[in-house]
Amino acid sequence: MRWLRDHLVLILGILILLYTFVPIFVVVLMSFNDPSSKLIYRFDGFTLHNWLNPCEPEGMCHALGTSIQISLLATIGSTILGTLMAFALVRHDFLGRSSMNLLIFLPMATPEIVMGSSLLALFVAAGFAGQLGFWTILIAHVMFCLSFVVVTVRARLAGMDDNLEQAAMDLYATPRQTFWRITFPLVFPGILGAALLSFSLSFDDFIVTNLNAGNTTTFPMYVWGVAQRGIPMQVNVIGTLMFMVSVLIVVGSEVNSRRRTAKLATR
Amino acid sequence: MASTAGTAPVTTAPASDDSSRRRGLTGYVLLVPGVVWLALFFVIPFYSLVATSLYDPGGSVFSGYEMSYQFSNYWHAIQDYWEPLLRSLWYAGLATLICLVLGYVLAYAIAFKAGRWKNLMLVLVIAPFFTSFLVRTLSWKLILADGGLIVNSLQAVHLLGPDGRLLATPFAVICGIVYNFLPFMVLPLFASIDKIDHRLIEASSDLYANPFVGFWKVTWPLSLPGVVSGTLLTFIPAAGDYINAQLLGSPNQRMVGNVIQNLFTQANDYPAAGALSMILMILIVAMVLFYVRRAGTEELL
Repeated sequence: MRWLRDHLVLILGILILLYTFVPIFVVVLMSFNDPSSKLIYRFDGFTLHNWLNPCEPEGMCHALGTSIQISLLATIGSTILGTLMAFALVRHDFLGRSSMNLLIFLPMATPEIVMGSSLLALFVAAGFAGQLGFWTILIAHVMFCLSFVVVTVRARLAGMDDNLEQAAMDLYATPRQTFWRITFPLVFPGILGAALLSFSLSFDDFIVTNLNAGNTTTFPMYVWGVAQRGIPMQVNVIGTLMFMVSVLIVVGSEVNSRRRTAKLATR
Repeated sequence: MASTAGTAPVTTAPASDDSSRRRGLTGYVLLVPGVVWLALFFVIPFYSLVATSLYDPGGSVFSGYEMSYQFSNYWHAIQDYWEPLLRSLWYAGLATLICLVLGYVLAYAIAFKAGRWKNLMLVLVIAPFFTSFLVRTLSWKLILADGGLIVNSLQAVHLLGPDGRLLATPFAVICGIVYNFLPFMVLPLFASIDKIDHRLIEASSDLYANPFVGFWKVTWPLSLPGVVSGTLLTFIPAAGDYINAQLLGSPNQRMVGNVIQNLFTQANDYPAAGALSMILMILIVAMVLFYVRRAGTEELL
Protein backbone atom coordinates (compact mmCIF):
# COMPACT_ATOMS: atom_id res chain seq x y z
CA MET A 1 0.00 0.00 0.00
CA ARG A 2 2.81 2.34 0.95
CA TRP A 3 4.73 1.32 -2.17
CA LEU A 4 1.67 2.19 -4.24
CA ARG A 5 1.39 5.59 -2.58
CA ASP A 6 5.04 6.37 -3.20
CA HIS A 7 4.88 5.34 -6.82
CA LEU A 8 1.37 6.52 -7.71
CA VAL A 9 2.54 9.53 -9.75
CA LEU A 10 5.13 7.49 -11.62
CA ILE A 11 2.57 4.78 -12.42
CA LEU A 12 0.08 7.38 -13.66
CA GLY A 13 2.83 8.96 -15.75
CA ILE A 14 3.72 5.62 -17.34
CA LEU A 15 0.04 4.96 -18.05
CA ILE A 16 -0.22 8.32 -19.83
CA LEU A 17 2.89 7.45 -21.85
CA LEU A 18 1.35 4.09 -22.77
CA TYR A 19 -1.77 5.91 -23.93
CA THR A 20 0.31 8.03 -26.30
CA PHE A 21 1.66 4.83 -27.85
CA VAL A 22 -1.75 3.22 -28.48
CA PRO A 23 -2.15 4.71 -31.98
CA ILE A 24 1.41 3.67 -32.86
CA PHE A 25 0.58 0.04 -32.02
CA VAL A 26 -2.47 0.32 -34.22
CA VAL A 27 -0.44 1.80 -37.09
CA VAL A 28 2.14 -0.99 -36.86
CA LEU A 29 -0.57 -3.63 -36.59
CA MET A 30 -2.54 -2.27 -39.52
CA SER A 31 0.59 -2.21 -41.69
CA PHE A 32 0.34 -6.03 -41.63
CA ASN A 33 -3.39 -6.03 -42.28
CA ASP A 34 -4.98 -8.00 -45.08
CA PRO A 35 -8.20 -6.05 -45.60
CA SER A 36 -11.24 -7.96 -46.85
CA SER A 37 -12.86 -4.85 -48.25
CA LYS A 38 -11.63 -1.39 -49.08
CA LEU A 39 -14.44 0.33 -47.22
CA ILE A 40 -14.25 -1.32 -43.82
CA TYR A 41 -11.19 -0.28 -41.88
CA ARG A 42 -10.44 -3.09 -39.43
CA PHE A 43 -7.89 -5.86 -38.88
CA ASP A 44 -8.90 -8.87 -40.97
CA GLY A 45 -5.78 -10.99 -41.23
CA PHE A 46 -2.01 -11.03 -41.32
CA THR A 47 -0.05 -10.40 -44.49
CA LEU A 48 3.33 -9.09 -45.59
CA HIS A 49 1.85 -7.85 -48.84
CA ASN A 50 1.80 -4.17 -47.80
CA TRP A 51 5.44 -4.21 -46.78
CA LEU A 52 6.52 -5.98 -49.97
CA ASN A 53 4.49 -3.65 -52.22
CA PRO A 54 4.73 -0.29 -50.49
CA CYS A 55 4.16 1.76 -53.64
CA GLU A 56 1.10 -0.11 -54.84
CA PRO A 57 -1.51 2.60 -54.07
CA GLU A 58 -1.65 5.00 -56.95
CA GLY A 59 0.08 8.30 -56.29
CA MET A 60 1.22 7.56 -52.75
CA CYS A 61 4.93 7.18 -53.39
CA HIS A 62 4.88 10.15 -55.74
CA ALA A 63 3.34 12.26 -52.96
CA LEU A 64 5.91 10.85 -50.55
CA GLY A 65 8.71 11.84 -52.92
CA THR A 66 7.32 15.37 -53.25
CA SER A 67 7.11 15.63 -49.46
CA ILE A 68 10.69 14.47 -48.98
CA GLN A 69 11.97 16.94 -51.59
CA ILE A 70 10.07 19.85 -50.08
CA SER A 71 11.10 18.95 -46.54
CA LEU A 72 14.78 18.62 -47.45
CA LEU A 73 14.84 21.96 -49.26
CA ALA A 74 12.79 23.67 -46.53
CA THR A 75 15.13 22.25 -43.90
CA ILE A 76 18.24 23.51 -45.71
CA GLY A 77 16.72 26.94 -46.29
CA SER A 78 15.28 27.51 -42.84
CA THR A 79 18.34 26.09 -41.07
CA ILE A 80 20.72 28.43 -42.88
CA LEU A 81 18.56 31.54 -42.46
CA GLY A 82 17.64 30.69 -38.87
CA THR A 83 21.20 29.90 -37.78
CA LEU A 84 22.44 33.22 -39.16
CA MET A 85 19.67 35.01 -37.26
CA ALA A 86 20.44 33.15 -34.05
CA PHE A 87 24.10 34.16 -34.27
CA ALA A 88 23.10 37.78 -34.81
CA LEU A 89 20.71 37.68 -31.85
CA VAL A 90 23.19 36.18 -29.40
CA ARG A 91 26.50 37.55 -30.61
CA HIS A 92 25.76 40.91 -32.18
CA ASP A 93 24.31 44.19 -31.21
CA PHE A 94 21.73 45.87 -33.42
CA LEU A 95 18.86 48.30 -33.28
CA GLY A 96 15.34 46.98 -32.79
CA ARG A 97 16.13 43.90 -30.73
CA SER A 98 12.71 43.68 -29.11
CA SER A 99 10.80 44.00 -32.37
CA MET A 100 13.11 41.31 -33.76
CA ASN A 101 12.14 39.02 -30.89
CA LEU A 102 8.49 39.71 -31.61
CA LEU A 103 8.94 39.01 -35.32
CA ILE A 104 10.45 35.63 -34.46
CA PHE A 105 7.89 34.78 -31.80
CA LEU A 106 4.76 35.67 -33.78
CA PRO A 107 4.90 32.92 -36.44
CA MET A 108 5.00 30.35 -33.64
CA ALA A 109 1.96 31.90 -31.95
CA THR A 110 -0.18 32.22 -35.07
CA PRO A 111 -2.61 29.38 -35.79
CA GLU A 112 -1.63 27.56 -38.95
CA ILE A 113 -4.95 28.24 -40.59
CA VAL A 114 -4.40 32.00 -40.25
CA MET A 115 -0.82 31.76 -41.50
CA GLY A 116 -1.84 29.60 -44.44
CA SER A 117 -4.78 31.75 -45.43
CA SER A 118 -2.81 34.99 -45.26
CA LEU A 119 -0.09 33.53 -47.48
CA LEU A 120 -2.77 32.39 -49.91
CA ALA A 121 -4.27 35.88 -49.85
CA LEU A 122 -0.86 37.29 -50.78
CA PHE A 123 -0.25 34.82 -53.60
CA VAL A 124 -3.69 35.51 -55.04
CA ALA A 125 -3.33 39.28 -54.71
CA ALA A 126 0.09 39.08 -56.41
CA GLY A 127 -1.43 37.15 -59.31
CA PHE A 128 0.11 33.77 -58.49
CA ALA A 129 -3.23 32.01 -58.01
CA GLY A 130 -2.52 29.80 -61.03
CA GLN A 131 1.06 28.98 -60.04
CA LEU A 132 0.39 27.52 -56.60
CA GLY A 133 2.40 24.35 -56.13
CA PHE A 134 5.85 23.08 -55.22
CA TRP A 135 7.48 26.50 -54.86
CA THR A 136 4.68 28.16 -52.91
CA ILE A 137 4.64 25.20 -50.50
CA LEU A 138 8.41 25.49 -50.11
CA ILE A 139 8.20 29.24 -49.40
CA ALA A 140 5.56 28.61 -46.75
CA HIS A 141 7.53 25.81 -45.10
CA VAL A 142 10.76 27.80 -44.87
CA MET A 143 8.71 30.62 -43.31
CA PHE A 144 7.11 28.60 -40.51
CA CYS A 145 10.22 26.49 -39.77
CA LEU A 146 12.44 29.57 -39.49
CA SER A 147 11.33 30.66 -36.02
CA PHE A 148 11.76 27.19 -34.58
CA VAL A 149 15.33 27.05 -35.94
CA VAL A 150 16.16 30.46 -34.45
CA VAL A 151 14.80 29.48 -31.04
CA THR A 152 16.62 26.12 -30.98
CA VAL A 153 20.01 27.40 -32.16
CA ARG A 154 19.76 30.50 -29.96
CA ALA A 155 19.22 28.32 -26.89
CA ARG A 156 22.35 26.32 -27.73
CA LEU A 157 24.42 29.45 -28.40
CA ALA A 158 23.25 31.29 -25.29
CA GLY A 159 24.06 28.33 -23.06
CA MET A 160 27.58 28.07 -24.50
CA ASP A 161 30.67 28.88 -22.50
CA ASP A 162 32.78 31.36 -24.50
CA ASN A 163 36.01 30.59 -22.58
CA LEU A 164 37.09 28.13 -25.25
CA GLU A 165 36.79 30.78 -27.93
CA GLN A 166 38.72 33.23 -25.78
CA ALA A 167 41.44 30.61 -25.35
CA ALA A 168 41.63 30.01 -29.08
CA MET A 169 41.96 33.74 -29.70
CA ASP A 170 44.64 33.97 -27.02
CA LEU A 171 46.53 31.24 -28.87
CA TYR A 172 46.56 33.41 -31.99
CA ALA A 173 43.79 31.66 -33.89
CA THR A 174 42.30 33.95 -36.50
CA PRO A 175 38.58 34.73 -36.11
CA ARG A 176 37.90 32.39 -39.02
CA GLN A 177 39.85 29.52 -37.44
CA THR A 178 38.17 30.13 -34.10
CA PHE A 179 34.78 30.01 -35.71
CA TRP A 180 35.28 26.83 -37.72
CA ARG A 181 37.37 24.89 -35.19
CA ILE A 182 35.69 25.93 -31.93
CA THR A 183 32.40 27.76 -32.26
CA PHE A 184 30.83 25.81 -35.09
CA PRO A 185 31.51 22.31 -33.70
CA LEU A 186 30.11 23.41 -30.35
CA VAL A 187 26.92 24.83 -31.86
CA PHE A 188 26.54 22.01 -34.34
CA PRO A 189 24.33 19.74 -32.16
CA GLY A 190 21.90 22.66 -31.82
CA ILE A 191 21.90 23.22 -35.58
CA LEU A 192 21.37 19.52 -36.20
CA GLY A 193 18.47 19.43 -33.73
CA ALA A 194 16.95 22.47 -35.41
CA ALA A 195 17.31 20.81 -38.82
CA LEU A 196 15.61 17.63 -37.61
CA LEU A 197 12.80 19.68 -36.08
CA SER A 198 12.37 21.61 -39.34
CA PHE A 199 12.27 18.43 -41.35
CA SER A 200 9.55 16.89 -39.21
CA LEU A 201 7.51 20.13 -39.05
CA SER A 202 7.71 20.49 -42.81
CA PHE A 203 7.10 16.83 -43.59
CA ASP A 204 4.06 16.64 -41.34
CA ASP A 205 2.41 19.91 -42.23
CA PHE A 206 -1.06 19.75 -43.66
CA ILE A 207 -3.03 22.92 -42.92
CA VAL A 208 -0.68 25.53 -44.43
CA THR A 209 0.31 23.22 -47.27
CA ASN A 210 -3.22 22.36 -48.27
CA LEU A 211 -4.13 26.03 -48.71
CA ASN A 212 -1.09 26.83 -50.85
CA ALA A 213 -0.59 23.61 -52.79
CA GLY A 214 -2.58 24.11 -55.97
CA ASN A 215 -2.46 20.74 -57.73
CA THR A 216 0.66 19.44 -55.99
CA THR A 217 0.08 16.60 -53.54
CA THR A 218 2.26 16.01 -50.50
CA PHE A 219 2.10 12.88 -48.36
CA PRO A 220 -0.20 14.38 -45.69
CA MET A 221 -2.46 15.66 -48.47
CA TYR A 222 -2.52 12.19 -49.99
CA VAL A 223 -3.54 10.70 -46.64
CA TRP A 224 -6.24 13.36 -46.25
CA GLY A 225 -7.57 12.50 -49.69
CA VAL A 226 -7.74 8.74 -49.15
CA ALA A 227 -9.21 9.20 -45.65
CA GLN A 228 -12.51 10.04 -47.36
CA ARG A 229 -12.41 7.08 -49.78
CA GLY A 230 -10.79 4.13 -48.02
CA ILE A 231 -7.30 3.97 -46.68
CA PRO A 232 -4.71 1.73 -48.35
CA MET A 233 -2.78 -0.20 -45.69
CA GLN A 234 0.50 1.00 -47.20
CA VAL A 235 -0.14 4.34 -45.48
CA ASN A 236 0.49 2.48 -42.23
CA VAL A 237 3.70 1.01 -43.64
CA ILE A 238 4.95 4.56 -44.25
CA GLY A 239 3.75 5.60 -40.78
CA THR A 240 5.65 2.71 -39.19
CA LEU A 241 8.80 3.48 -41.21
CA MET A 242 8.67 7.15 -40.19
CA PHE A 243 8.40 6.13 -36.55
CA MET A 244 11.29 3.66 -36.80
CA VAL A 245 13.62 6.02 -38.66
CA SER A 246 13.09 8.85 -36.16
CA VAL A 247 13.54 6.56 -33.17
CA LEU A 248 16.79 5.31 -34.73
CA ILE A 249 18.02 8.87 -35.23
CA VAL A 250 17.19 9.85 -31.64
CA VAL A 251 18.68 6.70 -30.12
CA GLY A 252 21.75 7.02 -32.36
CA SER A 253 22.45 10.60 -31.33
CA GLU A 254 21.87 9.74 -27.67
CA VAL A 255 24.33 6.82 -27.82
CA ASN A 256 26.79 9.00 -29.71
CA SER A 257 26.71 11.80 -27.14
CA ARG A 258 27.00 9.31 -24.26
CA ARG A 259 30.03 7.73 -25.91
CA ARG A 260 31.58 11.15 -26.33
CA THR A 261 31.02 12.10 -22.67
CA ALA A 262 32.40 8.73 -21.60
CA LYS A 263 35.49 9.34 -23.76
CA LEU A 264 35.99 12.77 -22.24
CA ALA A 265 35.59 11.34 -18.75
CA THR A 266 38.27 8.69 -19.23
CA ARG A 267 40.82 11.11 -20.59
CA MET B 1 24.21 48.79 -24.36
CA ALA B 2 26.92 51.16 -23.14
CA SER B 3 24.77 52.42 -20.28
CA THR B 4 24.46 48.97 -18.73
CA ALA B 5 28.15 48.19 -19.08
CA GLY B 6 29.00 49.97 -15.84
CA THR B 7 26.57 47.87 -13.80
CA ALA B 8 27.34 44.61 -15.58
CA PRO B 9 29.76 43.16 -13.02
CA VAL B 10 27.18 43.55 -10.26
CA THR B 11 24.38 41.67 -11.97
CA THR B 12 24.76 38.13 -13.25
CA ALA B 13 25.24 36.49 -16.62
CA PRO B 14 22.53 37.99 -18.89
CA ALA B 15 23.65 41.58 -18.34
CA SER B 16 27.32 40.84 -18.93
CA ASP B 17 26.26 39.03 -22.12
CA ASP B 18 24.99 42.30 -23.46
CA SER B 19 28.34 44.00 -23.18
CA SER B 20 30.13 41.17 -24.96
CA ARG B 21 27.91 41.52 -28.02
CA ARG B 22 29.79 42.80 -31.00
CA ARG B 23 28.59 45.92 -32.70
CA GLY B 24 28.84 46.83 -36.33
CA LEU B 25 27.49 45.73 -39.64
CA THR B 26 27.90 41.97 -39.30
CA GLY B 27 24.85 41.65 -37.06
CA TYR B 28 22.65 43.32 -39.64
CA VAL B 29 24.11 41.28 -42.48
CA LEU B 30 23.33 38.04 -40.62
CA LEU B 31 19.79 39.17 -39.91
CA VAL B 32 18.84 40.45 -43.34
CA PRO B 33 18.03 37.19 -45.20
CA GLY B 34 15.80 35.81 -42.45
CA VAL B 35 14.11 39.13 -41.80
CA VAL B 36 13.42 39.65 -45.50
CA TRP B 37 11.89 36.16 -45.70
CA LEU B 38 9.67 36.74 -42.67
CA ALA B 39 8.69 40.20 -43.90
CA LEU B 40 7.80 38.96 -47.39
CA PHE B 41 6.04 35.77 -46.39
CA PHE B 42 4.70 36.43 -42.91
CA VAL B 43 4.17 40.17 -42.35
CA ILE B 44 3.06 41.25 -45.83
CA PRO B 45 0.70 38.24 -46.19
CA PHE B 46 -0.91 39.37 -42.98
CA TYR B 47 -1.56 42.70 -44.61
CA SER B 48 -3.05 40.92 -47.65
CA LEU B 49 -5.29 38.97 -45.31
CA VAL B 50 -6.59 42.18 -43.76
CA ALA B 51 -7.10 43.60 -47.26
CA THR B 52 -8.85 40.43 -48.44
CA SER B 53 -11.21 40.56 -45.48
CA LEU B 54 -12.32 44.04 -46.57
CA TYR B 55 -12.83 43.28 -50.27
CA ASP B 56 -16.18 43.67 -51.92
CA PRO B 57 -17.76 40.21 -51.62
CA GLY B 58 -19.31 40.66 -55.07
CA GLY B 59 -16.06 39.78 -56.84
CA SER B 60 -14.48 36.38 -57.43
CA VAL B 61 -10.98 34.92 -57.64
CA PHE B 62 -11.19 34.93 -61.42
CA SER B 63 -12.71 38.35 -62.08
CA GLY B 64 -10.78 39.95 -59.26
CA TYR B 65 -11.93 41.72 -56.13
CA GLU B 66 -12.52 45.37 -55.53
CA MET B 67 -11.33 47.02 -52.37
CA SER B 68 -14.38 48.63 -50.84
CA TYR B 69 -13.61 48.53 -47.11
CA GLN B 70 -16.52 46.21 -46.46
CA PHE B 71 -16.42 46.04 -42.68
CA SER B 72 -19.77 44.31 -42.97
CA ASN B 73 -17.82 41.20 -44.05
CA TYR B 74 -16.89 40.77 -40.40
CA TRP B 75 -20.45 41.17 -39.23
CA HIS B 76 -21.69 38.65 -41.78
CA ALA B 77 -18.96 36.18 -40.90
CA ILE B 78 -19.91 36.35 -37.23
CA GLN B 79 -23.61 35.99 -38.03
CA ASP B 80 -23.07 33.02 -40.31
CA TYR B 81 -20.34 31.21 -38.42
CA TRP B 82 -20.59 32.11 -34.72
CA GLU B 83 -21.38 28.49 -33.95
CA PRO B 84 -18.15 26.88 -35.28
CA LEU B 85 -16.22 29.86 -33.91
CA LEU B 86 -17.51 29.36 -30.37
CA ARG B 87 -17.19 25.61 -30.73
CA SER B 88 -13.50 25.95 -31.65
CA LEU B 89 -12.75 28.03 -28.57
CA TRP B 90 -14.76 25.67 -26.39
CA TYR B 91 -13.18 22.46 -27.72
CA ALA B 92 -9.71 23.98 -27.63
CA GLY B 93 -10.24 25.27 -24.08
CA LEU B 94 -11.53 21.96 -22.78
CA ALA B 95 -8.77 20.02 -24.56
CA THR B 96 -6.18 22.39 -23.11
CA LEU B 97 -7.53 21.77 -19.61
CA ILE B 98 -7.41 17.99 -20.04
CA CYS B 99 -3.92 18.27 -21.53
CA LEU B 100 -2.88 20.33 -18.52
CA VAL B 101 -4.00 17.62 -16.08
CA LEU B 102 -2.46 14.73 -18.04
CA GLY B 103 0.61 16.72 -18.99
CA TYR B 104 1.23 17.90 -15.45
CA VAL B 105 1.13 14.38 -14.04
CA LEU B 106 3.45 13.14 -16.78
CA ALA B 107 5.88 16.05 -16.52
CA TYR B 108 5.93 15.78 -12.72
CA ALA B 109 6.59 12.04 -12.91
CA ILE B 110 9.45 12.56 -15.37
CA ALA B 111 11.02 15.44 -13.48
CA PHE B 112 10.77 14.10 -9.93
CA LYS B 113 10.08 10.38 -10.02
CA ALA B 114 11.80 8.94 -13.08
CA GLY B 115 15.33 8.98 -11.64
CA ARG B 116 17.82 7.70 -14.20
CA TRP B 117 15.05 6.97 -16.69
CA LYS B 118 14.40 10.69 -17.09
CA ASN B 119 15.98 11.06 -20.53
CA LEU B 120 14.41 7.89 -21.84
CA MET B 121 10.93 8.95 -20.69
CA LEU B 122 11.42 12.36 -22.25
CA VAL B 123 12.26 10.75 -25.59
CA LEU B 124 9.23 8.47 -25.25
CA VAL B 125 7.00 11.54 -24.83
CA ILE B 126 8.01 12.80 -28.27
CA ALA B 127 8.51 9.47 -30.06
CA PRO B 128 4.85 8.74 -31.00
CA PHE B 129 4.63 12.16 -32.60
CA PHE B 130 7.25 11.34 -35.20
CA THR B 131 4.57 9.47 -37.12
CA SER B 132 2.44 11.61 -39.36
CA PHE B 133 -0.27 13.64 -37.58
CA LEU B 134 -2.87 12.41 -40.06
CA VAL B 135 -1.88 8.75 -39.80
CA ARG B 136 -2.11 8.94 -35.99
CA THR B 137 -5.49 10.61 -36.12
CA LEU B 138 -6.76 7.99 -38.56
CA SER B 139 -5.65 5.30 -36.17
CA TRP B 140 -7.79 6.91 -33.44
CA LYS B 141 -10.63 6.70 -35.90
CA LEU B 142 -10.10 2.96 -35.99
CA ILE B 143 -9.77 2.66 -32.21
CA LEU B 144 -12.99 4.57 -31.55
CA ALA B 145 -14.88 2.98 -34.45
CA ASP B 146 -18.38 1.53 -34.08
CA GLY B 147 -18.11 -2.15 -33.23
CA GLY B 148 -14.52 -1.65 -32.10
CA LEU B 149 -13.10 -2.91 -28.83
CA ILE B 150 -13.68 0.30 -26.87
CA VAL B 151 -17.23 0.93 -28.04
CA ASN B 152 -18.15 -2.73 -27.48
CA SER B 153 -16.79 -2.82 -23.93
CA LEU B 154 -18.44 0.48 -23.04
CA GLN B 155 -21.71 -0.93 -24.34
CA ALA B 156 -21.20 -4.13 -22.33
CA VAL B 157 -20.95 -2.16 -19.09
CA HIS B 158 -23.87 0.05 -20.20
CA LEU B 159 -21.84 3.24 -20.17
CA LEU B 160 -22.88 3.59 -23.78
CA GLY B 161 -26.32 2.75 -25.16
CA PRO B 162 -26.68 -0.18 -27.61
CA ASP B 163 -26.64 2.20 -30.57
CA GLY B 164 -24.34 4.72 -28.89
CA ARG B 165 -21.11 5.63 -30.61
CA LEU B 166 -17.91 7.50 -29.91
CA LEU B 167 -16.92 8.44 -33.43
CA ALA B 168 -18.56 11.58 -34.79
CA THR B 169 -19.17 12.96 -31.30
CA PRO B 170 -17.58 15.93 -29.52
CA PHE B 171 -15.90 13.34 -27.28
CA ALA B 172 -13.91 11.88 -30.20
CA VAL B 173 -12.88 15.30 -31.48
CA ILE B 174 -11.73 16.53 -28.07
CA CYS B 175 -9.87 13.24 -27.47
CA GLY B 176 -8.10 13.67 -30.77
CA ILE B 177 -7.08 17.24 -29.96
CA VAL B 178 -5.89 16.24 -26.48
CA TYR B 179 -3.84 13.43 -27.96
CA ASN B 180 -2.26 15.41 -30.76
CA PHE B 181 -1.24 18.43 -28.71
CA LEU B 182 -0.14 16.70 -25.49
CA PRO B 183 3.64 17.08 -26.15
CA PHE B 184 3.21 20.85 -26.54
CA MET B 185 2.00 20.81 -22.94
CA VAL B 186 4.40 18.26 -21.47
CA LEU B 187 7.67 19.78 -22.70
CA PRO B 188 7.31 23.33 -21.28
CA LEU B 189 5.81 21.92 -18.07
CA PHE B 190 8.75 19.57 -17.72
CA ALA B 191 11.23 22.40 -18.31
CA SER B 192 9.58 24.37 -15.51
CA ILE B 193 9.06 21.57 -12.98
CA ASP B 194 12.54 20.15 -13.54
CA LYS B 195 14.07 23.45 -12.37
CA ILE B 196 12.26 23.45 -9.01
CA ASP B 197 14.60 23.07 -6.07
CA HIS B 198 13.61 19.89 -4.26
CA ARG B 199 14.66 21.34 -0.90
CA LEU B 200 11.77 23.81 -1.05
CA ILE B 201 9.28 20.96 -1.14
CA GLU B 202 11.09 19.16 1.68
CA ALA B 203 11.04 22.38 3.68
CA SER B 204 7.28 22.62 3.28
CA SER B 205 6.82 19.09 4.59
CA ASP B 206 9.24 19.79 7.46
CA LEU B 207 6.95 22.66 8.35
CA TYR B 208 4.03 20.21 8.59
CA ALA B 209 2.39 20.99 5.27
CA ASN B 210 0.68 17.83 4.02
CA PRO B 211 1.65 16.83 0.46
CA PHE B 212 -1.40 18.52 -1.06
CA VAL B 213 -0.83 21.83 0.69
CA GLY B 214 2.86 21.55 -0.15
CA PHE B 215 2.02 21.02 -3.80
CA TRP B 216 -0.46 23.87 -3.90
CA LYS B 217 1.76 26.36 -2.08
CA VAL B 218 5.19 25.42 -3.45
CA THR B 219 5.31 23.24 -6.56
CA TRP B 220 2.32 24.70 -8.44
CA PRO B 221 3.30 28.39 -8.13
CA LEU B 222 6.90 27.61 -9.12
CA SER B 223 5.73 25.73 -12.19
CA LEU B 224 3.44 28.55 -13.37
CA PRO B 225 5.70 29.74 -16.22
CA GLY B 226 5.51 26.23 -17.68
CA VAL B 227 1.75 26.15 -17.15
CA VAL B 228 1.31 29.44 -19.00
CA SER B 229 3.51 28.59 -21.98
CA GLY B 230 2.17 25.03 -22.13
CA THR B 231 -1.46 26.11 -22.17
CA LEU B 232 -0.75 28.74 -24.84
CA LEU B 233 1.23 26.31 -27.01
CA THR B 234 -1.69 23.88 -26.79
CA PHE B 235 -4.61 26.27 -27.04
CA ILE B 236 -3.46 28.32 -30.03
CA PRO B 237 -2.89 25.48 -32.51
CA ALA B 238 -5.89 23.58 -31.12
CA ALA B 239 -8.25 26.49 -31.79
CA GLY B 240 -7.17 26.62 -35.43
CA ASP B 241 -7.06 22.88 -35.97
CA TYR B 242 -9.65 21.20 -38.15
CA ILE B 243 -8.03 17.84 -38.87
CA ASN B 244 -9.44 16.21 -35.74
CA ALA B 245 -12.90 17.68 -36.30
CA GLN B 246 -12.88 16.48 -39.89
CA LEU B 247 -11.55 12.96 -39.36
CA LEU B 248 -13.08 12.11 -35.98
CA GLY B 249 -16.20 14.29 -35.95
CA SER B 250 -19.24 14.85 -38.09
CA PRO B 251 -20.49 18.10 -39.64
CA ASN B 252 -22.04 18.79 -36.21
CA GLN B 253 -18.55 19.12 -34.77
CA ARG B 254 -17.36 21.49 -37.49
CA MET B 255 -14.75 23.90 -36.19
CA VAL B 256 -13.83 27.31 -37.52
CA GLY B 257 -10.77 25.86 -39.31
CA ASN B 258 -13.04 23.63 -41.41
CA VAL B 259 -15.10 26.64 -42.39
CA ILE B 260 -12.14 28.83 -43.34
CA GLN B 261 -10.58 26.03 -45.35
CA ASN B 262 -13.85 25.37 -47.19
CA LEU B 263 -14.47 29.04 -47.92
CA PHE B 264 -10.99 29.35 -49.41
CA THR B 265 -10.68 26.13 -51.36
CA GLN B 266 -14.22 25.05 -52.20
CA ALA B 267 -16.53 28.06 -52.01
CA ASN B 268 -13.86 30.50 -53.23
CA ASP B 269 -15.41 33.17 -51.02
CA TYR B 270 -12.17 34.93 -50.13
CA PRO B 271 -13.56 38.00 -48.33
CA ALA B 272 -15.63 35.90 -45.91
CA ALA B 273 -12.73 33.48 -45.35
CA GLY B 274 -10.34 36.38 -44.75
CA ALA B 275 -12.72 38.03 -42.30
CA LEU B 276 -13.23 34.78 -40.40
CA SER B 277 -9.48 34.18 -40.26
CA MET B 278 -8.99 37.69 -38.87
CA ILE B 279 -11.73 37.18 -36.28
CA LEU B 280 -10.07 33.98 -35.09
CA MET B 281 -6.71 35.72 -34.85
CA ILE B 282 -8.16 38.71 -32.98
CA LEU B 283 -10.00 36.45 -30.52
CA ILE B 284 -6.87 34.43 -29.85
CA VAL B 285 -4.65 37.49 -29.40
CA ALA B 286 -7.21 39.05 -27.03
CA MET B 287 -7.51 35.88 -24.97
CA VAL B 288 -3.74 35.40 -24.84
CA LEU B 289 -3.10 38.98 -23.72
CA PHE B 290 -5.80 38.77 -21.05
CA TYR B 291 -4.50 35.41 -19.86
CA VAL B 292 -0.85 36.45 -19.72
CA ARG B 293 -1.83 39.60 -17.81
CA ARG B 294 -3.84 37.58 -15.30
CA ALA B 295 -1.21 34.89 -14.88
CA GLY B 296 1.33 37.64 -14.36
CA THR B 297 4.16 36.08 -16.33
CA GLU B 298 5.46 38.87 -18.49
CA GLU B 299 8.83 37.30 -19.24
CA LEU B 300 7.12 34.76 -21.49
CA LEU B 301 8.50 36.27 -24.69
